[in-house]
Amino acid sequence: MNDPINVLTLFLFNIVLVNIPLLYGTVGEIVVEKSGSLDLGVEGTMAVGAIFGYLAGCAANSIAVGLLVSFLTAGLCGLLFAALTVSLQANQNVTGLTITTFGLGLYFFVGKGMGERWPAMTSASSLVNGYAALEIPGLSKLPVIGKALFSHNFLVYLGIGIAVLVWLYLNCTKTGLRLRAVGENPGAADSVGVNTLLYKYAHLILGSGIMGLGGFYMALYMSGSFEGSNCWINGYGWIAIALVIFANWSPVLAILGTLVFGFFNTLQIYAGPLAGAFPGALGWLNAIPPQLYKALPFLITAIVLVASSVRKRESSGQPAALGLNYFREER
Amino acid sequence: MKKLLAMALAAAMSLSLAACGGGDTPPAASSKPAGSNPPAASSTPAPADNGDFKVGAIYITSQNDVAGYTFQHHNGITTAMKDIGLDPAKQLLIVDNVAENYDDVCKAIDTLANQGANVIFGISFGYIDAMNDKAEEYPDICFSHGTGYMANETNFNNYFGRIYQARYLAGIAAGMKSVETGNNSIGYVAAYNTEYAETCSGINAFALGAQSANPDAAVYVKKINTWGDENLERQAAQALVDTYNCGVVSQHCDSAQPQLVAAENNVFGCGYNSDMTEQAPTAHITAAIWHWNVYYQTAIEAAMACEGDASKFVEKMGGNAYYAGLKEGFVDASPVNEAVAAPNTVAVMDAVRELIKSGEWDVFTGVKLSYNIADGKVEIVKTDAPLMDNQGSEIVPAGGPSVDDGVIKGSMNYNVQGVQEG
Repeated sequence: MNDPINVLTLFLFNIVLVNIPLLYGTVGEIVVEKSGSLDLGVEGTMAVGAIFGYLAGCAANSIAVGLLVSFLTAGLCGLLFAALTVSLQANQNVTGLTITTFGLGLYFFVGKGMGERWPAMTSASSLVNGYAALEIPGLSKLPVIGKALFSHNFLVYLGIGIAVLVWLYLNCTKTGLRLRAVGENPGAADSVGVNTLLYKYAHLILGSGIMGLGGFYMALYMSGSFEGSNCWINGYGWIAIALVIFANWSPVLAILGTLVFGFFNTLQIYAGPLAGAFPGALGWLNAIPPQLYKALPFLITAIVLVASSVRKRESSGQPAALGLNYFREER
Repeated sequence: MKKLLAMALAAAMSLSLAACGGGDTPPAASSKPAGSNPPAASSTPAPADNGDFKVGAIYITSQNDVAGYTFQHHNGITTAMKDIGLDPAKQLLIVDNVAENYDDVCKAIDTLANQGANVIFGISFGYIDAMNDKAEEYPDICFSHGTGYMANETNFNNYFGRIYQARYLAGIAAGMKSVETGNNSIGYVAAYNTEYAETCSGINAFALGAQSANPDAAVYVKKINTWGDENLERQAAQALVDTYNCGVVSQHCDSAQPQLVAAENNVFGCGYNSDMTEQAPTAHITAAIWHWNVYYQTAIEAAMACEGDASKFVEKMGGNAYYAGLKEGFVDASPVNEAVAAPNTVAVMDAVRELIKSGEWDVFTGVKLSYNIADGKVEIVKTDAPLMDNQGSEIVPAGGPSVDDGVIKGSMNYNVQGVQEG
């Protein structure tokens, strides 16, 4: 048995490594929801970005191509959602579920269709190297948190960077302000000359593209092994939708939310080693039924939902017109 | 007017139903004359004679899966049918994605019965009660339930395999590798552990096999509490390598993720269900695998030999619980990846395979194996030693006989010495 500090470090390291795809999904969904669209298609959008990004990245042996293609193909899912709900006024909930079904179906269709031709990740050195851990000079030498926070692959840092950038965009730019206006009250925004149609389309594509990057991350995390019984995304898309509420529509809080959900996700695996490493303080972890770890994050979300509905409307980040289609002639 | 139309339609429906019913009798009747020359038919079944025979199957997931549990069974059934001379495209009836829920299974069985299935296979454990009840309701159909324990004396049996024997062989390969690398820690990603006899018997057999080659081997089990979750399987395998420094990773789960993790960490592994050397050529040594077609061929032939009298099914199967192993070719270890395996692994596995096939020795007994290897020749040394669980209780005294099949199939709920769950 190895030393307790090492186990703790590994636990923290895995919380970050395994759960960052959640952050991409959550930040993407925040961008989408801030434009007033409730897109329940995160799972499918991530699956589409994952499989096409992976295949393109392997074919070109380039992680940049993989990122670009995952962004664009997932963005197409956003475009489809926008065409159906913004232009054709379809019900957003139903359309989102359709995107999920469609995306997962496409994932399996393409994966199975590839059959024997499916590329192994080891054949694309650029993906393997691109996903390798980058140690941030100086910081990565710190005890515990050096390994846990500053020795990750570059997609981890990219995810954090995107979350911060989106926060700045929403809160510190003019377009961000207009975007929030579209989400709060599209009629009012329209009346002062904001092109609501353009805003909704652009941000559905942008947000979905960010989700697709999370899918690509997941593809690399799973070593690009398509086995056809589970999808790589594995329910992360659904958790991301819950995380948006947990984070109160703030991309920076989403980082915290990801770590909280990730804490319980990783605890499923690390409860045993932690209990073994700290028998006195954490020995009780062995007594907890593992199913509870799967349920706890959702229980917390439920509590957050109740808390956010109790507090004043002004402090909630939920766009007022979320989920409502905007039809100009009814203004 | 509408009522009249409805009545007319109803009348037409009932007429067509009657026609269908009528249509059913001639084939049944005509199958009897066909079956009246059984000696020729049973030895070399001619497709023409088998044309009416219908095989029904109930699957837990989709028949279109490309890997996993349902895939293995579907593959086994279609392979067996082709070998017998039946056409799966016409003679295999499938209801798939059937949850382990009594009403759903009953509906699936009704569907297959209405379509004229002569034998119905249910592949998942939770189908047990529905199959038991429906076997009584449809005495003219043979029922066969995988991994279960219920049966009757006429038309309902259950089937499972001694996969623990194959696990023991894989354990030998893992143990020999651990001797070679000098790292006694062996990891095992498990769906469940002592919750099911199926899973803990596999872990125990694997551990005993590893200990036969390396008495100091320790097997660390990480369970993920679900039968299939590729993401958790990866996390668990990585945690075994990271926290217990495991040098070999085995698994009781469907995906090749633990083997991929082993390859990424430059350690080694033993897979399950399919030969995973393809996915992880630099890590994978051998896998415990099933040859389900062996059972399905036996069962379909037995059902056909009943010649319409399903009550003879159990008699034709030679009992109502089919439990075959290495000897029958139902389970085995996949071809050893010699580029990765320790020297002499194949020779030792072959020797033990022959020993188990001969019936002289089995895994869960009071006799332990060890090996003397000289010039590539393997001598198996048998030593009387008690089979102990990891709490220090004696399961089988030194030199004692094997535990009951019933224990291995149904009531085993402990880990043997040297296994640690973490």
